[in-house]
Amino acid sequence: MRPTEPEITPELVRTHGLTDEEYGWIVERLGRVPTFVELGIYSVMWSEHCSYKNSIAVLKTLPREGPALLVGAGEENAGLVDIGGGLACAFKIESHNHPSAVEPYQGAATGVGGIQRDIFTMGARPIASLNSLRFGDLSNPKVRWLLDGVVRGIGGYGNSFGVPTVAGEVMFDPAYEGNPLVNAMSVGIVKVGETASATADVPGASVYIVGAATGRDGIHGATFASEELTEENEAKRPNVQVGDPFTEKLLLEATLEAIAAGVVAGIQDMGAAGITCSSCEMSAKGESGMELDLEHVPARESGMTPYELMLSESQERMLIVAVPGREADLEAVFGKWDLHAARIGRVTTDGFVRVRWHGEEVAAVPAEHLVLGGGAPVYHRDTQRPAYLDETTAFDVRGLPEIDAAGAKAALVALLGSPNIASKRWVFEQYDTMVRTNTVVGPGPSDAAVVRIKGTDRALAMKTDCNGRYVYLNPRKGGRIAVAEAARNVVCAGGQPLAVTNCLNFGNPYKPEVYYTFKEAVGGMGDACRVLETPVTGGNVSFYNESPREDGTSRAVFPTPTIGMLGLVESLEHVTTAGFKAAGESVYLITPIGWVHKNDLGGSEYLSHRHGLTTGDAPHLNLYEERAVQKMLLDLIRAGHVTAAHDVSDGGLGVCLAEMALFSDGLGADVALAPHDHLRVDALLFGEAQSRIVFTSRLSEDEAEALVEGRSVKVLRLGTVTDGGALRVDLGAYGSFEASRSEMAEPYDTAIPKAMGAV
Amino acid sequence: MTAAVLVFPGSNCDHDAYHAAKHVFGMDARFVWHKDPLPEGLDLVIVPGGFSYGDYLRTGAIARFSPVMQDVVRFAHDGGLVLGVCNGFQILCEAGLLPGALLRNRGLRFRCKSQHVRVENAGTPFTNACTVGDVLDLPIAHSDGAYYADEATLDRLEANGQVVLRYVDASGQATAAANPNGASRGIAGIVNERGNVLGMMPHPERHVEALLGSTDGAAIFRSLLAAEATA
Repeated sequence: MRPTEPEITPELVRTHGLTDEEYGWIVERLGRVPTFVELGIYSVMWSEHCSYKNSIAVLKTLPREGPALLVGAGEENAGLVDIGGGLACAFKIESHNHPSAVEPYQGAATGVGGIQRDIFTMGARPIASLNSLRFGDLSNPKVRWLLDGVVRGIGGYGNSFGVPTVAGEVMFDPAYEGNPLVNAMSVGIVKVGETASATADVPGASVYIVGAATGRDGIHGATFASEELTEENEAKRPNVQVGDPFTEKLLLEATLEAIAAGVVAGIQDMGAAGITCSSCEMSAKGESGMELDLEHVPARESGMTPYELMLSESQERMLIVAVPGREADLEAVFGKWDLHAARIGRVTTDGFVRVRWHGEEVAAVPAEHLVLGGGAPVYHRDTQRPAYLDETTAFDVRGLPEIDAAGAKAALVALLGSPNIASKRWVFEQYDTMVRTNTVVGPGPSDAAVVRIKGTDRALAMKTDCNGRYVYLNPRKGGRIAVAEAARNVVCAGGQPLAVTNCLNFGNPYKPEVYYTFKEAVGGMGDACRVLETPVTGGNVSFYNESPREDGTSRAVFPTPTIGMLGLVESLEHVTTAGFKAAGESVYLITPIGWVHKNDLGGSEYLSHRHGLTTGDAPHLNLYEERAVQKMLLDLIRAGHVTAAHDVSDGGLGVCLAEMALFSDGLGADVALAPHDHLRVDALLFGEAQSRIVFTSRLSEDEAEALVEGRSVKVLRLGTVTDGGALRVDLGAYGSFEASRSEMAEPYDTAIPKAMGAV
Repeated sequence: MTAAVLVFPGSNCDHDAYHAAKHVFGMDARFVWHKDPLPEGLDLVIVPGGFSYGDYLRTGAIARFSPVMQDVVRFAHDGGLVLGVCNGFQILCEAGLLPGALLRNRGLRFRCKSQHVRVENAGTPFTNACTVGDVLDLPIAHSDGAYYADEATLDRLEANGQVVLRYVDASGQATAAANPNGASRGIAGIVNERGNVLGMMPHPERHVEALLGSTDGAAIFRSLLAAEATA
């Protein structure tokens, strides 16, 4: 019965992505040449995607403990945070970049599906989805094809699955031209103590594969994710999995029903590396082993070999260890939902995952040798500071033409039409943002989404964030800013930041310059997570994000450590959005106490959009200042003093104020921003220095100043909210300008629909 | 008021309809699995939104064959109140309880947004708490929401007052721009001839709590409670 297997040759080993050295370790540990199935198992388990071999040493420097964490990073499929009231929140972010580059619809769809399974395999019901997307320049037709396909894929899967997509970010830059980033995040809720675990620790218990049948799709998907994209990648389309959100919805309901019924002793979703990864990881965690009889796996196509069955990445499947004696109940639950539940093996105690095919053993590998934290390789890669940093840090803003008040208005209107700043309504209207009726604040009018928890007075605030441009220009500071800004967004929405999940998108780790940015950026994230007290609960690393060039070389995307921030809104009264609320209210800017405006335009959207430059240093950030500003704003919100809040980020103070007008119901503002000596108007309006938040309030200036007394922050009254929708900015000696609502709204509302041919 | 919320494989607004009916409006609501019979003594059946059977075929085309639908047809013929929202509307059309069909949106994209609709008939059990001309803000979320019927059917629906809700702009004008999906004559919701079965694409259950942005959907549920009180 055993199918003819190819002979194990050095060429075959290399096409499996294993180095000669790694192959040597395999032979040494097994004491023999591996079988073809075993070679496949090692190949996927030791791929970058599954083993984290080039990143784990650095990831371990991140702070991964905190009072609210119920499981540590990497212990389960997702992080688990105590949110009070006997409830916990499971959340995680993951990349699906390479599949989306060659097949945007299915790549993005299965990215959404995969991250949902990470949440409900823990027994948590997903309540919200987020995403973080990066593309090249929208003027490129291929980029538009990618954006269209990715957005349709996210919607096509998530809308049918029935979880609202509540927040996200989309950024465009030529750096992502050939290698888009598609990061998907899911957030779920579970009662404390009712979670399921990804372990096989009951010897003799039956092992089930449940959900969809197994096909040939996605074989070696994990390996595909662990190499650079090339021109030949079009041929890798068959490596991309195909999603079926309907089956996922059934799998969700059946899984939660089975866990609630107490028939599940252990469960792990099948994502990358399918049966291989789930069986090895559950065995290693349970310090047990598994015997699998693959002929019992429900197959979608005839003639599938054990190699294919072990490596398939067919979606919508789970591996379950049944509670002994409850097998019939388990089968009944999945039968009710018209899903397969096939007994394919049992838990053993010898530490081996043994794979049989009609009785004949085709693989016997020690589980511990395969997994992260066990025998999988751990590499410390060489680093080298990128040469380009000498050039970018030497940038001097004085070489740029200055602008006057009229020029400032023109620049503001132009920036509002930059696809990076313009409204993403064209994108998020294609997502169901409201299903499950918990979305208090969805995409658009706030810095973070707010999702209420039914039956309580609390809500979760959540946001994805990363400005890859900053990380490119200053990896350490950029990593810090990614965390700081995500936390600031959550605070502006009324939430206390609790914990972080991260998706680290970088280039080829074997390039020392890339690894330098990786190490520095992770270091920066760690700095910020420690100061802001938001531990890292887990996430995902995606290396090899490189755009192929015509000369055969490749260029890494901007280093993009996407942060998914979770926060708790303690009372629904604290929910805050960014739009102006009422004419006559005061507009305040809160900043660190010692903050002085500098000619700091480095890494700004203004430099990029207006001057075509990605240069300078990343903008100013001091983490202790940042913490003081965030704490102060949250205190003001909780005391009921804040009617709207919006942080100063992409596009600077000018865009921040314009957005607060655009998000409002026809209101504007009249503000005075007189620059001090030597301060350029462009830097004043469009510089992106961190730790600044604009908020509106009915407080008088004296009252506001009294409230922040002794707090290492200061508030500056900028002006007043007005009727009529115009933004009037007084620039002192430089004059003033007024932008009407329609002058601002036209570019802001239409830039993306126009680029996509929708208007 | 006793209400059943049907659950098909792929329903995903079932919990929302249940939450609105039970927790917001105090109805005695229960879920009914699609393979189970309808319980006795019901006042209302809600066919919720979602993607029954994945909607890989024509929307609602498989769900109409679910065992529970025979009971729903019988219940409707006996004069029971049936509310179909979004996918529920599609299923009711496929089941023959309502005329016409829901086609792919003009623009061929899923659309989720707040949408204004105008009440065209306040004499139904679903709209008796409204006044003709009331403009309600009700969210839409669908790919296949363009109501279609032949001209003769549309004329008959209009003449009989079976067009209950129509897409309009904020000021109540039924302009082309206010029609989000290309529905014939901007139709957002219709009743059957007898007036006891309503299908609507917008989601009233999403706008019943001020916290979530609007309470305009409450008008539909309050009407149902009032209809029961006078029945």
